[in-house]
Amino acid sequence: MKKLCAFLAVALSLAFAGSTLAQDKKAAPDKPAAEAAKPAPEAKKEEAKPAPAPNKGDVAWMLTSTALVLMMSVPALALFYGGMVRSKNALSMLMQVFVVFSLVTVLWCVYGYSLAFTEGNAYFGGFDRLFLGGTFDAMKGDFAMAATFSKNTPLYELVFVAFQATFAAITCCLILGAVAERIKFSAVLIFMVLWFTFSYTPIAHMVWFWMGPDAYTDPKVVDAMNAKAGLIWQWGALDFAGGTVVHINSGVAGLVGAYLVGKRIGYGKEAMTPHNLTMTMLGASLLWFGWFGFNAGSALEANGSAALAFMNTFLATACAVLAWTFGEWLFKGKPSMLGAASGAVAGLVAITPAAGNVGIGGAFVIGIAGGLVCLWGVNQLKRWLHADDALDVFGIHAVGGALGALLTGIFNSQSLGGPGLVTDWVTGKVGSNPIWDQFLIQAQGVGMTIVWTAVVAFIAFKIADLIVGLRPAEEEEREGLDIAEHGETAYHM
Amino acid sequence: MKLVTAIIKPFKLDEVREALSAIGVQGITVTEVKGFGRQKGHTELYRGAEYVVDFLPKVKVEAAIKTELLEQAIEAIEKSANTGKIGDGKIFVFDLEKVIRIRTGETDAAAL
Repeated sequence: MKKLCAFLAVALSLAFAGSTLAQDKKAAPDKPAAEAAKPAPEAKKEEAKPAPAPNKGDVAWMLTSTALVLMMSVPALALFYGGMVRSKNALSMLMQVFVVFSLVTVLWCVYGYSLAFTEGNAYFGGFDRLFLGGTFDAMKGDFAMAATFSKNTPLYELVFVAFQATFAAITCCLILGAVAERIKFSAVLIFMVLWFTFSYTPIAHMVWFWMGPDAYTDPKVVDAMNAKAGLIWQWGALDFAGGTVVHINSGVAGLVGAYLVGKRIGYGKEAMTPHNLTMTMLGASLLWFGWFGFNAGSALEANGSAALAFMNTFLATACAVLAWTFGEWLFKGKPSMLGAASGAVAGLVAITPAAGNVGIGGAFVIGIAGGLVCLWGVNQLKRWLHADDALDVFGIHAVGGALGALLTGIFNSQSLGGPGLVTDWVTGKVGSNPIWDQFLIQAQGVGMTIVWTAVVAFIAFKIADLIVGLRPAEEEEREGLDIAEHGETAYHM
Repeated sequence: MKLVTAIIKPFKLDEVREALSAIGVQGITVTEVKGFGRQKGHTELYRGAEYVVDFLPKVKVEAAIKTELLEQAIEAIEKSANTGKIGDGKIFVFDLEKVIRIRTGETDAAAL
C-alpha cells in the first residue's frame, strides 16, 4: 500500500511538471501575438468573425444540470448502493463512490476531457486541452466556446467540461456495485484510473465527439468534417445521454469485474440482505431527480429538445416503476420497495439514449420494456451468468442501456412519433432513416462498446490484481470492509 | 421467590407490562430477542435472491416475584400475551436463590 502511495505521488508530480513545461512552451509564442494589438486568430478552430455569445438561459440551465448530475453520484448513487449492502460494508460503498467520483473529476481535468472531446482520430482525442489549457485566457479574459446542436449557439467550453466531468465520474462509480463488499480499496483506485483512461474516454470520443454544427458550412466540407468525428458518431448511432457511453460501458465492465474478483464469501449460502432499503429508496429518488439534468441537460441548450428529453425521462421512469412492480407482484408474489426503486433506475437507464431522440409514445414503450426486461435481467439472466454481480450493475445498466439504445433506433423515426434526426448538418434538415437501418447502426454501436469495455476492464482488473491484489484477506472480508479497509463503523447502536 | 421468564410477541409487551403491574409486580426487565419454535419463519426476496428467515423477533420479559404471586403472574401473562395464534410464546419459571438491592443492600423479599 505504501508503495502504491509513493508511486502515485511520483506520477502526479511528473504530470504536473510536464504540464507546466507544456504551458511554458505555449505561452512563449502567444505573448507577441497578444502584444500585436490586432486580434490574431488563435490558430485553432475558432472563427475570426464576431462570435455569437452564449445564451444566458442555456448557460444557466447547463450549470444547473451539471450540479444535478453531480448529485446523482454523491449522494444519490452512494445511497442507492449503500443501502443494498450489509451494514458491515456500508461505509466502504459510500467511500468508494465518494473517492472514485473525486478521482475521476481530477483525471477529467488533467487529461480525460482532452482525450474525449478534442480532435484526434476516430478512437481517441488529442492533448490540446491538457489541464484544461486553452479553455480560458486569463490575459484577455476570453472564454473558449463549445458547440451545441444548433448553429450559432455556442456554450462556454468550461460549462461543457464540467457537465461532461460529472458523466465520466458517475460512469466509473456505477461499476462499483458489481464488485461491492469484497474488493480492496486500493484495487478500486488502480482499476478506475486504467478503465477511465482506456475505456471511458475513447468510448465517449467515439460516440459523442464531432466538429459541431457550425463546422458544416458547405456541402463540400461535410465529408471532411464527418471524418474528424468519433467512430460511432460517424456510423450514425444515436445516443442522447449515454446509453452506450455510460450504461453499457459500466455495466459490462462491472460484469467482467464480478467474474474476475469472484463471488463474495458465503454467496448463495449466507443471507446477504440489503441493510437499509430506506436509504436505497432515497438514493433512487435522488437519481430520478438528478437524471433530469443528465438527460434534459444533454440537449446542451434550454430548448424543445431538452423539454422532450425531460418529459420522456419523467414518463418512462414512472412506466418502468409500474412495470417492475406489477411484474414482480405477478411472478414473485409481492411488490417490493427494492423492486420499485430498481424499476425506476431501469427506466432511467433505458430512456437515457432515447431521451431527446424519441417521442412520447416511444417513452411509454421504452419505460415499460425497461422495467420488465431488467426485472428479467436480475433474475433469470443473472442465474445464467453465474456471476456475483452484487448490486446488479449488469442486469440493470448493461441490459437496460442496450435495450434503450436499440429501441432508440426504432422510435426515433418520425413515422413512430419520434423527432427524427438531422440528415444534413449544412442546412439543418431533419428526416428519418429507415427503421431497420437505424436499428442495425444502433446494434453496431452497442456491440462495439461491449467488446471495447470488456477487453479494457479485463486488462485493468488483471493489472490491479498484479499490483495490489483484488481482494482483502478472508478474515477481513468477513469482518467487513468498513473496519478492515477504512477503520471505522457505520452504525454505533 | 421465583424468576418468571416469558417469551412473547413484541406487540404484546405493553399489555403484559400493564397486567403484571396490576397484580403488584414491581419491576420487569425486557430484552429484544430472536428465536424459532413452531411458528414458521418467512421468506424475503431481494431482486433475484430469496432468503428464508428462520429466526423471528420476540421479546423476553423477566420478572422476579414472591412465590405467592406466581400463579397470578402466570395467569396475567397468559391472558395478556394471548392472541390464539401460533407463535404466542412460552413462560419459564425458575427458583430464585437470592435478591439484593444494590443501593441499600436489602435482600430477598425486601429487595423485590
